[in-house]
Amino acid sequence: MPDRTSYRSIGLIGNPNSGKSTLFNSLTGLNQKTGNYAGVTVDKHYGYYTYHNQTYKVTDLPGTYSLFTKSIDEEVACKALFDNNDKIDTIIIVADSSNLKRHLLLVTQVVDLKIPCVLVLNMIDEATKLGIKIYKDELEKLIGVTIVEVNSRDKIGIEELKKAIEQANSSNTVFYNLEIQKQFFPNSETYSHIIQSQFNASTEHLNDFELKDTIHRYSTINYIIAKTIKSPEKLNKNLTQKLDRIFTHKVFGFLFFLAVLFVVFQFIFFIAEHPMTWIEESFAWLMNFTAEHLPKGQLNDLFVNGVLAGISGIVVFVPQIALLFFFIAILEDTGYMARASFILDKIMRRFGLNGKSVIPMISGVACAVPSIMSTRTITNWKDRIITILVTPLISCSARLPVYTVLIGLMFTKHETIGVFNFQGLVLFLMYMLGFFAALVSALVLKKILKCNEKSYFIMELPVYRKPQWQTVGVLVLNKVKVFLFDAGKIILAISIVLWFLTSHAPGDSFEKIEQQALIDSTINVESQKLEASYAGILGKKLEPVIAPIGFDWKIGIAVITSFAAREVFVGTMATIYSSGDSENTETLREKLSQQKNPSTNKPVYSLAVCASLLVFYAFAMQCMSTLAATYRETKHWKWPVIQLVFMSGLAYLSSFLIYAILN
Amino acid sequence: MPTLDTLKQGEKAIIKSFSDNFLSLKLIEMGCLPGEEIQLSYSAPLGDPIAIEVSGYLLSLRKQEASTVEVELQKSSKH
Repeated sequence: MPDRTSYRSIGLIGNPNSGKSTLFNSLTGLNQKTGNYAGVTVDKHYGYYTYHNQTYKVTDLPGTYSLFTKSIDEEVACKALFDNNDKIDTIIIVADSSNLKRHLLLVTQVVDLKIPCVLVLNMIDEATKLGIKIYKDELEKLIGVTIVEVNSRDKIGIEELKKAIEQANSSNTVFYNLEIQKQFFPNSETYSHIIQSQFNASTEHLNDFELKDTIHRYSTINYIIAKTIKSPEKLNKNLTQKLDRIFTHKVFGFLFFLAVLFVVFQFIFFIAEHPMTWIEESFAWLMNFTAEHLPKGQLNDLFVNGVLAGISGIVVFVPQIALLFFFIAILEDTGYMARASFILDKIMRRFGLNGKSVIPMISGVACAVPSIMSTRTITNWKDRIITILVTPLISCSARLPVYTVLIGLMFTKHETIGVFNFQGLVLFLMYMLGFFAALVSALVLKKILKCNEKSYFIMELPVYRKPQWQTVGVLVLNKVKVFLFDAGKIILAISIVLWFLTSHAPGDSFEKIEQQALIDSTINVESQKLEASYAGILGKKLEPVIAPIGFDWKIGIAVITSFAAREVFVGTMATIYSSGDSENTETLREKLSQQKNPSTNKPVYSLAVCASLLVFYAFAMQCMSTLAATYRETKHWKWPVIQLVFMSGLAYLSSFLIYAILN
Repeated sequence: MPTLDTLKQGEKAIIKSFSDNFLSLKLIEMGCLPGEEIQLSYSAPLGDPIAIEVSGYLLSLRKQEASTVEVELQKSSKH
């Protein structure tokens, strides 16, 4: 980052749907970064550009309708204007030209802060198309700041804007009413002070002031609009009306939504599998290559099985994240997401969820990691936290190999009930169980969680627009970067710890096993070593705790290692029972079914044990990547810890019950 | 006085007053001012929320929220 004295700081503020982000991308190109605002979960997007040898830092503030804030996002946007650590020199206010009346409220408020600013009339082409004529010079005179007409989608007006920013001044016009201000604030505070006072103490009379102030501003705005804008009697919004008739239709509305879900699901479940396999294969090759070509020893093992394996486990998520955000960006950018939220609100609100929770939750069937990251679109804090906490309960694709092995142990392929295959039926029930658990948990969390933010559904339904490929691309890129570098760190650290636990043992136990193997060729070194390792010791220590749910120490080891990811359970079981090729679930299943309890001579993997395991893996938070994503999205350790305790607690209790009943 | 949630599709009304403090602040900032004309554009498939046309754009809100807005029906509203 350049030295603070060497750049000028620009804040980009505007209503949601004002095309602010597109303008931000046009100004900064790919020269942008994602950071944090202190203490909140809102991402800070900023970027740089140079004009006339001067560097400008542009911060894309969260969308807000007013400087009197009503959500965490809005509070962040407003506070940033007064941040002394990164003082904003110039404000760009972005307004949608075709919908100026509402956008002018924020404009008049910002002008009254007496910070140099420029007003951007964005999407000017759309206004022209609708037959709206804006008398720019008149408007400029009335508002008192430079106005630039921009069409950020086609990058028209950007150079002019950069010039205006260079020369920006604060306006001499005032929009506040001194009478009203004196009535509430007799000590003649400035408007800027009054705005900042809302963050110190929530005062009743500030609300009264806001009401009067806003009404006063709108009456001024009505005057300005009458003087400077000519728009046709009835705006021609045919396309939006026609599309809304379909998208909010009783039948077609839901059908279309299902179709959207289906397409998104196909991509993140099936299409993403190919690039994921390539990534895994490339890393496997790299790991083999490194293991063989670098000097052998501890360091080599750490690098290959700790670091490289960890990085592979991080990069493998990229295809799913990129694809999910590709679709979400399009749905948001076109205006469809608001409609999806609109038609589903009545159902979802009962569970303490939001219409926008549906896409993350359904995507949870593929993977909870991108799903949790995609909850960013849910603006209400409580709805968002609940969605993040319950999404991992939905059966993800990593559970499938675990389910397959266990269900295969419980029933044969030929067992049927009516026309239904028993195995298929149980698998279906497991998926239903996931959804059911997620919804019930949401309902419970809705009651428990306290939140200062008021919940409402007063939301703009924006006109439909074509998606902006640049905006979509930049969003996908940013999300992938955030995952790799923020969540990635945590995943890598945990992978190294897990590597250590499975590959190290106290004293010389590994050497002893190796010596034994030289004498007795029937000894399986890998399996013996795992048993002797710290993970093995932990598994045995864990036995008294997991015995009530029917698990022995061998399963205990698998529970520990599969904290990395659930599918690791299969690989670990294969190693423990030395069934050879871990990819071949058929041989593992055979091995497991042959295991007999030496004292009772009954199969170890009885129906009760398998059912208990099934339920355990359905509910338990056996996924470090999900926890890392939750941490990244909530910016607080509290939430991943709550998630871990609540999911694993639920898993333990459910397994205990199932095991007790079936045994 | 009728409230906004009782409007039928296509009906126009003038906003008169609000009965909830917090919601009135939010609604006014969104351009739903007393004296402003609004029209019920459509309801969600399950009847709730609703979408209204106000100040030249579409705004959605839940029925419970709309019930805090008192309105005066416009006579020749069907168009």
